Amino acid sequence: MAAANDLSRVIEPRLTLTGVTAQISDIALRDRTPLWWWVTLVVALGLLGLLVVALARLFFAGIGIWGVNIPVAWGLAIANYVWWIGLAAGGTIISSLFFLTRSEWRNATNRLAETMTLFCAAAAGIMPIIHLGRWWYSYWLFPYPNVMGTWPQFRSPLHWDFVALFCYVIGSIVFWYMGMLPDVATLRDRAQSRAGQVFYGILALGWQGSTRQWRSFRTAYLLMAALMAPLIISVHSIVGLDFAGGLTPGWHSTQLPPYFVFGAVLSSFGLFLVLLVPLRTLYRLEDVITERHLDVLAKLTLTCSLLIAYAYALEAFMPFYSGKPEDVTVALNQIFGTHAGIYWSKIVLNVAVPQLLWIPALRRNRTVLVLIGAGIVVGMWIERYLIVVGSLDRAFLPSVWQEFVPTFWDWATLAGSVGILLLGLLLFLRLLPIATIFELRQLIEERRKAADE
Amino acid sequence: MTAPYGMVAHFERPEALIAALRRLKAEGYERLDAYSPYHVEALDALLARRSPVLPLVVFLAGAAGALCGFFLQYYGLAVAYPVNVGGRPLNSWPAFVPSTYEFTVLFAVAGALIAFLAAARLPRLYHPIFAAPEIERATADRFVLFVAADDPRFDPDRLREFLEGDGPSLVAEVPR
Repeated sequence: MAAANDLSRVIEPRLTLTGVTAQISDIALRDRTPLWWWVTLVVALGLLGLLVVALARLFFAGIGIWGVNIPVAWGLAIANYVWWIGLAAGGTIISSLFFLTRSEWRNATNRLAETMTLFCAAAAGIMPIIHLGRWWYSYWLFPYPNVMGTWPQFRSPLHWDFVALFCYVIGSIVFWYMGMLPDVATLRDRAQSRAGQVFYGILALGWQGSTRQWRSFRTAYLLMAALMAPLIISVHSIVGLDFAGGLTPGWHSTQLPPYFVFGAVLSSFGLFLVLLVPLRTLYRLEDVITERHLDVLAKLTLTCSLLIAYAYALEAFMPFYSGKPEDVTVALNQIFGTHAGIYWSKIVLNVAVPQLLWIPALRRNRTVLVLIGAGIVVGMWIERYLIVVGSLDRAFLPSVWQEFVPTFWDWATLAGSVGILLLGLLLFLRLLPIATIFELRQLIEERRKAADE
Repeated sequence: MTAPYGMVAHFERPEALIAALRRLKAEGYERLDAYSPYHVEALDALLARRSPVLPLVVFLAGAAGALCGFFLQYYGLAVAYPVNVGGRPLNSWPAFVPSTYEFTVLFAVAGALIAFLAAARLPRLYHPIFAAPEIERATADRFVLFVAADDPRFDPDRLREFLEGDGPSLVAEVPR
């Protein structure tokens, strides 16, 4: 069994160029659509239907159908936004940061991670818009010349956030699509049906794989990776500044930008484990996504969990160190007061349970990985909820304190938004190459050359 | 039959392709190209000239993004629609930095995409090389050498004989 569990391998040596090309492209081209795909599709469409109903009701009746009140004017919509945009972070981290560090284990997983990013960002993007109440004015965020003679308030962190999200979504789509071009060309060349040839032919833009094309592809991709890696840090720092820029107790803290970056990366590694481990088995990708990939992802999750633990410790320490009564009130109410239950479940899910990943045997246990990942995804939602609600409901004046109780429509919007990610992922799995085939080929050839010498 | 577009030779291994390319270059062939299923770095030195244009375009696009992004905010809030916030300067440049950075990256990424497409001559849905036999394997598992017919030394029969020496799995003419 030692050979099968060899953690030094990022790719199994029995793979050939022909084999890996056929295996990955046949998932989209030839294999029968598996039953689980149809079942998940029904779930995804059901959730999406729920979202449509929830939004229709919201647009008809207004945000009074939610549990928001004054002072808790930012309810679930903003918690969901921060959660979703955090879940999006990992795709960019895996594909750009680990491309720059030349991590070989990145190649089989980055496409899936980037796709996860795109649809999480899409789910995130609708939240601030529907939260506006008068959502039909959302285009006022764009700086366009208008007869009112007004401009957006560019100095506000909330507008920085809009600009950052806009640039991030566009950048992610470009990075994802360009990185897929050579693989789409492979699908075009292997497609047998006329419809497939036309579809992939147009998507591939006529890629030939000439030396000139490869060279400019490589340069452009490297530059994009170098641009995207710091962009993702800026996006989550700015999300943190949305809160830190307000004077609300519990928000007004300089640690929030890195805190949000740590949380974002942790949550997206959690979600990625939940997606990657089952897909690896369902599509029999064990040869290209080896034990080493899972081990590395588990270690990264553990690292992020330690980073967030530090942020939580600082978050609990600072109010008492500063001694400001409002901050102490918020902290005590979260740790021992009305939010104690969810506060401690956040600590357990995001900090305590991931410590199991110190044990090598558990890092190789796929069930444990999925469960820990799912726990983190839930735990991070709780954290986002607590940041938004747990501060607002204990604002400066005790006379305005009010509890926030989410309604059915709050929960329906959250559940429905999961449908966006599911449907997007399912379509991607069915239509596009799910791993970066050309980089796997390079990996195979490098291994072969090393063996020849 | 009209004159061919050129001739291709398929190889199973990149090393064989590189050896054949070296021999052709030594013979004086100039109109050469190679199609590979991944980026073979050794081919760059033989075939593609190192061009600083692409990184330069990305840099200039990023610089344009920084300038446009800053000017947009400055013009909007200091000139067109000045809002006095607690007596602070209208050109509150530190508050413009985050958005300026985002615009810089957006323009640079767009510049990288456009510069790449221009350098790779894409989109171009049809290319004469697609008429070559089994060229679809160049995006899977074959390394394809191409000699254009407009090379002054191009002679189909001599070239075929010459290429056979490197052990290709296929040598074929590309019809025009």
